[in-house]
Amino acid sequence: MTEPQRSDVLIIGGGIMGASAAFFLRQRGKSVTLIERGLIGQQASGTNFGNVRRQGRYLPQLPLANRSRAIWGRLNEMLGEDAEFLPSGHLRLAYSEEMAGRIEQYGRDARPYGLELQMLSGNVLRDRFPFLGPEIRAGSYSPLDGHANPRLAAPAFGRAAKRAGAVIVERTEVLSVEQEGGSFRALTADGRVFRAEQMLITAGAWGSRLSQQFGEPAPLVVHGPQMAVTEPVPYALEPVLGIATTIPEEIIYLRQVKRGNIVFGGGIRGPASAETLRAYVKPENTLGQLAQITRIVPALRRLNVIRVWSGIESYLPDDIPIMGPSARVSGLHYAFGFCGHGFQLGPGVGDVMAELIATGQTSTPIEPFTIARFASKATNQTGGHE
Amino acid sequence: MADPRIVIVGAGPAGIRAAGALVAAGLRPILLDEGQRDGGQIYRRQPEGFTRTPEQLYGTEAARAVALHESFERLKPQIAYHPRHLVWNVADGVVHTISEGKPGQFAYDALIIAAGATDRLLPVKGWQHAGVYSLGGAQIALKAQACAIGRRVVFLGTGPLLQLVALQYHKAGAGVVALLDTSPFRRQVMALPKLAARPGMLVKGLRLVGGLMASGMAIHRGVTPVEIHGEAEAGVTGVSVRLASGRIRRFDCDAVGLGYHLRPEAQLADLARCAFTFDPKTRQYWPEIDAEGRSSVPGVYLAGDGVRTQGADGAEISGALAACAVLADLGRAVPEAERAALRARARIMERFREGIAEAYPWPAHLAADLPDEAILCRCEGITVGEVREAATGKGADEVNRAKALTRVGMGRCQGRYCGHAGAEIVAAASGVPLEAVGRLRGQAPVKPLAISAGESQP
Ligand SMILES: Cc1cc2nc3c(=O)[nH]c(=O)nc-3n(C[C@H](O)[C@H](O)[C@H](O)COP(=O)(O)OP(=O)(O)OC[C@H]3O[C@@H](n4cnc5c(N)ncnc54)[C@H](O)[C@@H]3O)c2cc1C
Ligand SMILES: Cc1cc2nc3c(=O)[nH]c(=O)nc-3n(C[C@H](O)[C@H](O)[C@H](O)COP(=O)(O)OP(=O)(O)OC[C@H]3O[C@@H](n4cnc5c(N)ncnc54)[C@H](O)[C@@H]3O)c2cc1C
Repeated sequence: MTEPQRSDVLIIGGGIMGASAAFFLRQRGKSVTLIERGLIGQQASGTNFGNVRRQGRYLPQLPLANRSRAIWGRLNEMLGEDAEFLPSGHLRLAYSEEMAGRIEQYGRDARPYGLELQMLSGNVLRDRFPFLGPEIRAGSYSPLDGHANPRLAAPAFGRAAKRAGAVIVERTEVLSVEQEGGSFRALTADGRVFRAEQMLITAGAWGSRLSQQFGEPAPLVVHGPQMAVTEPVPYALEPVLGIATTIPEEIIYLRQVKRGNIVFGGGIRGPASAETLRAYVKPENTLGQLAQITRIVPALRRLNVIRVWSGIESYLPDDIPIMGPSARVSGLHYAFGFCGHGFQLGPGVGDVMAELIATGQTSTPIEPFTIARFASKATNQTGGHE
Repeated sequence: MADPRIVIVGAGPAGIRAAGALVAAGLRPILLDEGQRDGGQIYRRQPEGFTRTPEQLYGTEAARAVALHESFERLKPQIAYHPRHLVWNVADGVVHTISEGKPGQFAYDALIIAAGATDRLLPVKGWQHAGVYSLGGAQIALKAQACAIGRRVVFLGTGPLLQLVALQYHKAGAGVVALLDTSPFRRQVMALPKLAARPGMLVKGLRLVGGLMASGMAIHRGVTPVEIHGEAEAGVTGVSVRLASGRIRRFDCDAVGLGYHLRPEAQLADLARCAFTFDPKTRQYWPEIDAEGRSSVPGVYLAGDGVRTQGADGAEISGALAACAVLADLGRAVPEAERAALRARARIMERFREGIAEAYPWPAHLAADLPDEAILCRCEGITVGEVREAATGKGADEVNRAKALTRVGMGRCQGRYCGHAGAEIVAAASGVPLEAVGRLRGQAPVKPLAISAGESQP
């Protein structure tokens, strides 16, 4: 048998969380091995909608989202690759007075966190965004939010981490993890053993399979958000648009990429399976989205959808992730279960986890996300969608 | 017990024969087709108002075409026939259609997918110029609209359709400059034993070749395509190939008909979650079926050129066999003698199919050798070089990864036309076998879905 491979930190799961953590840990001089069952960014991180949106998030998550947004802004120079981040602005829209009131309140509540939002309504909104439909009453505009290309971001982090010296092991599944004599040990499906001083589990929808081996299961459930894209048309819709609503069928969000295609998602989530690694789009959900999307931008009725897809995302009962140190095992860290809004957070999560692992603390508050909350009673708090 | 709901997609030879066999067993299947009229690809009917004779339209196949059309007319009152219904998705035992802009649903107990084939294409430098058509497109222009794709046409590629369309164009009076076939003549000679499985077809084929020789058009076999020349405004101006002798030769023309035999239109089978398997002979993934067309998914049956490129006669047989399988699986009486005869004939069709595939092989090396600057994906304007770079520089040694990183196959055609060549390029560039680079997974909608369809929901 060959010698086990050793490093300071072993990361399990190469989505955007694991890949960015590997990159930032190398910046901090730690030796890193990242093990990924498939290819870097192939799961939720590569199939998501691409929203880089802060507004609408669970307020205590904003410091983390702000830190992440700052990294998005310099991602290209940092990674030496273009992940197509466009700070195009994000417009959160309301059909009803009640929702308009809610997003306005959110704007006031978000200000202390450093997120400046502009409340727009009536002619001001329509003059600025003439493509909006007549049902739209008001909108909250976040000038510095935007969108990026999920197919590129996580792989770019992975390659940059590799260039910086991280060992990236793809097509390798970790079956079991344990702590043994003060260090961590991971056994892979093909019989290899990896050892490290510290371990970070960023296994997305599969995180609990590993955390439970340390006595910390998490009540993850999986769903597949429903996505679609149109044929390309001349670039005209700058901001990302999203509806704020309490009616699940009404949820719809869309963005236009520079190439011209309009990507959209929302509505009822579809079936996904962490076992078969498949997530499906239900035809009736696609039709439901078509009926909603023209409420936001009526002109879209002239376009065609050319492709639909979904991805496997994990959700926790309180709709906020698990992030931070293990409550039971020292040297063990978690960042998984991102509940449909982890893409924006990805770079920030990697940076914070690297800071935490390298220094034992972080300047960004992440206490609400501790896994310990599931050891006792679960709280109930709702984040955004997308 | 209520009658089972049987849905057939495709009113070509396979779908029509499947419907006939089910009607004979006392059932009333639902037959969906996106076309205006029945007949499918080969026996495509001309639009109402056109008055060409069957002989003009179908040539040597006129009698068969008329027979199929007539039996369909008799069948019509006994089935639920829905033309102009595009099946855009299938999931959870329901087929989803769009008709005149309106969405519809058909739940089924058994589904026979007989969606036919489309051209198998291989890029050549310059194939994005205006005036380059698939062979299918060229033939449809002639059959349905009675017009030609150009006045001086070059046919380039390989396969029986290449010969057939070239001759049809010649007979219709369109100027055919040359027939340039990538398959060397000896491959056709070597395939003779298998082609002899259908002596009648072999004779037809030989007559076709005879007709081509007599036509006076230039015919070259064993060529290597080099480039389609063209200009932004004028479109295609010529085609250069390396002849078998090694000499490069240019043929001036104003249109090119391009095609490398056919590929099954297997997207619906994919959406129905049928298992696919790699066929090393034709170098493609296609759906798994048993001898009667059962897919890996219970209740889903596959027939015709949409699963194996056997041609029209094979399609009729496999359609009838799939109907037998449906009847058997539903516990209905099956005409056993007929079923046995069909299975025996299906084996002959399969042997002949192999012969054709060997006589006109998919020239994989041509894809692997394409120059970096050639456009691979016409929908998205992705070059061969970009895909090679993703494979060698970014570890994209799998086609869905190459798609994610470069957009190859992300356009309107969903990789139908560039997918096979793209897979060859990824395999060659990353040094892995073609089988290991996988296949582009089918994604709904099968064809672009109008957003306005969302307006007319219940
Ligand atoms: C369709 C869709 C749309 C979304 N839209 C948005 C959006 O617009 N904006 C936004 O901010 N967020 C969005 N999200 C959420 C976001 O994509 C996720 O929260 C985020 O990508 C999670 O990243 P991750 O690295 O935790 O998970 P993943 O990307 O799923 O990565 C986890 C990785 O761990 C690997 N792994 C698991 N177990 C093992 C093991 N035992 N051994 C080795 N490897 C293992 C997996 O193979 C996987 O690659 C969306 C999600 C989906 C699915
Ligand atoms: C362009 C072309 C030209 C050909 N010419 C010849 C020829 O000249 N001679 C010859 O022997 N063979 C020819 N073939 C081969 C020919 O297709 C078959 O031999 C024969 O037509 C196969 O019959 P089929 O029933 O399997 O499919 P087809 O005849 O192709 O019928 C399939 C039917 O399914 C319908 N359909 C497909 N997808 C959907 C969907 N999603 N929703 C609703 N309806 C759908 C189509 O409209 C079509 O009517 C040609 C093939 C092609 C592609």
